[in-house]
Amino acid sequence: MSSHSAHATAGHPAALLHQFDTADQQKDASTLGMWLFLITEIMFFGGLFIAYIVYRNAYFDSFVAASHTLNIPLGTFNTTVLICSSLTMAMAVHSAQVGNRSRIVLFLVLTLILGAAFLGVKVIEYADKFEHHHVPGPSFQFTEGGNPKNAELFFSLYFGMTGLHALHMIIGAGILLVLIFNASKGWYTPEYYTPVEMFGLYWHFVDIVWIFLFPLLYLLGGHLPPGSGGH
Amino acid sequence: MSDTTHHVVPVRVYLLVFASLLVLTYLTVAISYVDLGVFNALVAMAIAVTKAMAVILWFMHVKYSTRLTKLCVGGGFLWLMFLFALTMMDYISRNWKF
Repeated sequence: MSSHSAHATAGHPAALLHQFDTADQQKDASTLGMWLFLITEIMFFGGLFIAYIVYRNAYFDSFVAASHTLNIPLGTFNTTVLICSSLTMAMAVHSAQVGNRSRIVLFLVLTLILGAAFLGVKVIEYADKFEHHHVPGPSFQFTEGGNPKNAELFFSLYFGMTGLHALHMIIGAGILLVLIFNASKGWYTPEYYTPVEMFGLYWHFVDIVWIFLFPLLYLLGGHLPPGSGGH
Repeated sequence: MSDTTHHVVPVRVYLLVFASLLVLTYLTVAISYVDLGVFNALVAMAIAVTKAMAVILWFMHVKYSTRLTKLCVGGGFLWLMFLFALTMMDYISRNWKF
């Protein structure tokens, strides 16, 4: 096909960059690029996950004792909040696809509120860890069973992984503010809503990281009596 | 060209995926209190992988993406499995002391 005619017939010529033949081709390129970025993210979280798995196998008893101090109801609540925010994000993309501008803004705002709620609960959980001296460092204390040095390693991984996850959500919240502003100006139409969809990929990725963090950190050894230290 | 790019997923599908994710979350919490021995970790990870697959296929639209995107996503997770498998092969098979 002639690229010239594609330019002339595109609904929003301004949104179609000159190196692409069609809007579809441009969107496919954006999707592929976003996934390549997400794969680098998967790899770097993957390094932390394998570190956790290796030390969990090495120091199982201490890791179970440390895991027991995490608040499972709060973790479950936060998992629910994050899944709800993934739904509202998917609905924001859907609203863009069907051209419902006010719904795009509504669902993006709901996603932002749910993301803030998740971070709020995380603050409560972190504060509790500071109160109990469960934060790795000079004032770290652990008397709930296992070897305190190894329990400290658990909390290093806990703060490292959930902290990086929270940082991703904070960055996501910043991008959401920009998207909400642009969406309220009516920038996103069924012909061009790529930023909304690409951000959706990022937001769902952050949800997936939590889907693995929650059982690994919170639910480890839930079936074992507290302080028993495991098998 | 890719005729699947503008596939609009029905809201009903999103709600179904959403409900499944919630059910699986509460299931994994409930199962964590039951002693299954070594299978506790396996069941928890199997549920997490199922949830991640649902998010990737429907929420992230990979089910409706181009073959190149599918290949890219699949390749990324394949390499993640290499990372896990090769590292664990060393830690499990060698008598390394911590």
